[in-house]
Amino acid sequence: MEALIAVLVGVLFGAGTYCLMRRSIVKLVIGVMLISQAANLLVFTSGGLLGGRPALVPADGTVPPAPFGDPLPQAMVLTAIVIGFGLVAFLLALVARAHEQVGSDDMNAFNKTDT
Amino acid sequence: MSELIILLPVFIPLIGAVVLLSGSRSLAFQKVGAVVFSGLTFLGAAYLLVLVDCAGHVVLQLGDWSAPYGISMVADRFSAVMVAISSLMTLLVALYAISEIDAARLRRFFFPVYLILIFGVNGAFLSGDLFNLYVWFEVMLIASFVLLSMGGERSELEGGLKYVCLNLFSSMLFLAGVGIIYGKTGTLNMADVAQSLAGSPDVSWAVSGSMLLFVGFSLKAGMFPFFFWLPASYHTPPPAVSAIFAALLTKVGVYALYRTYTLLFQPIFPEFQSILLVLAVLTMVIGVLGAASHFDITKILSFHIISQIGYIVLGLAIMTPLALAAGIFYLLHNIIAKTCLFLVGGLIIRLQGTGDLARIGGLSKSKPWLALLFFFPAFSLAGIPPLSGFWAKLGVVKAGLDVGSWVAVTAALLVGVMTLYSMTKIWAEAFWKAQPEGQPAAAKENMGSLAYMVIPIAVMAALTVAIGLFGEPLFEFSQRAADQLMNPQEYISAVLLDGGEDLP
Repeated sequence: MEALIAVLVGVLFGAGTYCLMRRSIVKLVIGVMLISQAANLLVFTSGGLLGGRPALVPADGTVPPAPFGDPLPQAMVLTAIVIGFGLVAFLLALVARAHEQVGSDDMNAFNKTDT
Repeated sequence: MSELIILLPVFIPLIGAVVLLSGSRSLAFQKVGAVVFSGLTFLGAAYLLVLVDCAGHVVLQLGDWSAPYGISMVADRFSAVMVAISSLMTLLVALYAISEIDAARLRRFFFPVYLILIFGVNGAFLSGDLFNLYVWFEVMLIASFVLLSMGGERSELEGGLKYVCLNLFSSMLFLAGVGIIYGKTGTLNMADVAQSLAGSPDVSWAVSGSMLLFVGFSLKAGMFPFFFWLPASYHTPPPAVSAIFAALLTKVGVYALYRTYTLLFQPIFPEFQSILLVLAVLTMVIGVLGAASHFDITKILSFHIISQIGYIVLGLAIMTPLALAAGIFYLLHNIIAKTCLFLVGGLIIRLQGTGDLARIGGLSKSKPWLALLFFFPAFSLAGIPPLSGFWAKLGVVKAGLDVGSWVAVTAALLVGVMTLYSMTKIWAEAFWKAQPEGQPAAAKENMGSLAYMVIPIAVMAALTVAIGLFGEPLFEFSQRAADQLMNPQEYISAVLLDGGEDLP
C-alpha cells in the first residue's frame, strides 16, 4: 500500500510541476493545487498506513494496543489542507484580477515586471 | 513564569491587528494604532533579548505539554536578536508608511495586514517545532501576498502572481521535507529531531528531507539558482512594503537555513558544505551583476538583496565559530542598511515621481540632507570603513581566509567592489548629475510633511554609523550567539531537559 501511495505522490508532484511549466495561468493554479495535494499525501503516508487500528485507549488500559495508526500526521495534514485551501482561494482571486488587468491567460504576456 | 515573555513579540502584533481591524476605520486611528503596537512589539522583543542574553535560552512549552510531545517556543541568542531587529524595523517602517501609504490602502486595512506579517515573522524566529515553523511561514506568506497585491495595478498583480506561485511551491517542498523527517524520526520537535539524527549510526536517509528543506528555504531566501522571483516582484509595491519585505522575508529564509543546518543536519553537513559554498559565491556574483545591469533604483536594490544573501550564506557554508559570528553580524547590519536604502529610494521616488535614474538628478543641490542620508547606508552596504558593512565583510573574509577558501574570498572582495559601483551609479545619477531637461523639478515639499519619512531613515543611518564606530559589543554578542549555534547540545538539553521550569 505504501509503495502505491509513494508512486501516486510522485505522479502528483510530476503532474503539478508539468502544469507549473505551462504558459496558461489557469494551469498554474492547477499545478499549485496538485503539488499541494502531493505534499499532503506524503505527510499523511509518513506516519505509516495501518488499516483498522485506531489510536484509541481501551477502557481498562493506558495505552492503545500496538500497532496503532499514528494520529499526528492526520492532524498535521488537516492543518495543511486548510492552509492550502485558503492559499488556493487567494491565488484564484489574484489570477482572476491579473487576467482582468492583463487581458490574457498566457504567462508570456505577464512581462511588464521583467526586463 | 518569566518564560511567557517569549510570547510578547508574537502576540502584541496579533492583538494590534485585531484592534485595528475591529476599531474605527479612521486614518488617524489606523496610523496611531500601528505605530503604538509595533512600538510595544519592539519593547517586548528588546526585553526578551536582554533576558535571553543573560539566561542563554528561554523555552516555553505551549499548553504545558512536556517537550517532545507539545510545541516548544525557543529563544536562543540568535533568534532573540532576530526578533529584536525585525521588530525595530517594523516600528521604523511603520513610521515611514504613515506618510507614504495612500489613504485607499489604509482604508483597505494596510496596517492590520502589516502587523500580521510581523506576527508571522516573529513566530517563525521563535518556533522550536518543524511543523509549527511551516505554519508561521504560511501566516507570514499570506500577509505578504496581500501587502504585495493590495494596490491592484497591473505590475503589482503580475509581480504578485509570480511571487505567490514560487512561494507556495517552496512551502510545499518544505512541507514534504517535514513529512519525510517525521516519518523517519517520529517527532517534529527540532531538538528531538536533532538528537535522533545525532544518535543514529546511518544518517543517509536524512539527505532527501534535508535537501527538500534546503530548496524550500533557499527559495524563500532568494539564493542562486532560486532567486528569479525576487527581482520580478520586489520593486512593484510601494517602497515601504518593499523595504519591510527586504528587511524581513528573505532573512527568515536565511534564519531557517542557519537553524536547521546548525541544529538538525550537522551530522550530514560536511558533505553538503562544498555545494553550499559554491551556491553562496554564485548568489553573490549573480546578484551584483544583475544590479549592475539595471537603471532603476528599486530594481538595483532588489538585486543587491540577493548578492548580500550570498555573503550571509557564505558564513554558514564556512561554519567556523568566526564565520557564523560574522554571518550573524552581517545579517544584522544588512537588515538595517538595506531597509534604510529602500526607504531612501522611496523618498527619491516621492520627490521626483520616478525611480528611473535616467530621469532624475540634481538631488545633491536641491536636497543635500537626502544625499547625506543616502551616503551612509549605501557605502555601508559596499563595505567602506568605518561603516557597519566594513566589519561585517571583514569578518566573513577573515573566516574564509582561515579555512583557505581563496575563491570565495576573492569573490567576496570583488562583489564588494561591484556593490560600490552600483552605489556610485545611483550617487552619480540621482545626486550629482544635473536635473535632466524637460523633467519636473523636485517637488517642493516642506520638511514638516516629510518628517515621518525622514526620521526612520535618519535613525537607521545613525545605527549603521554607530555599529561601524562602536560595533564591538554587537560583534561579541554575535560571537556568543554563534557559540550557541556551534554547540547544539545546549539547545537540545535546554528544550528537552530543563523545558517547563521557571527561570531563576
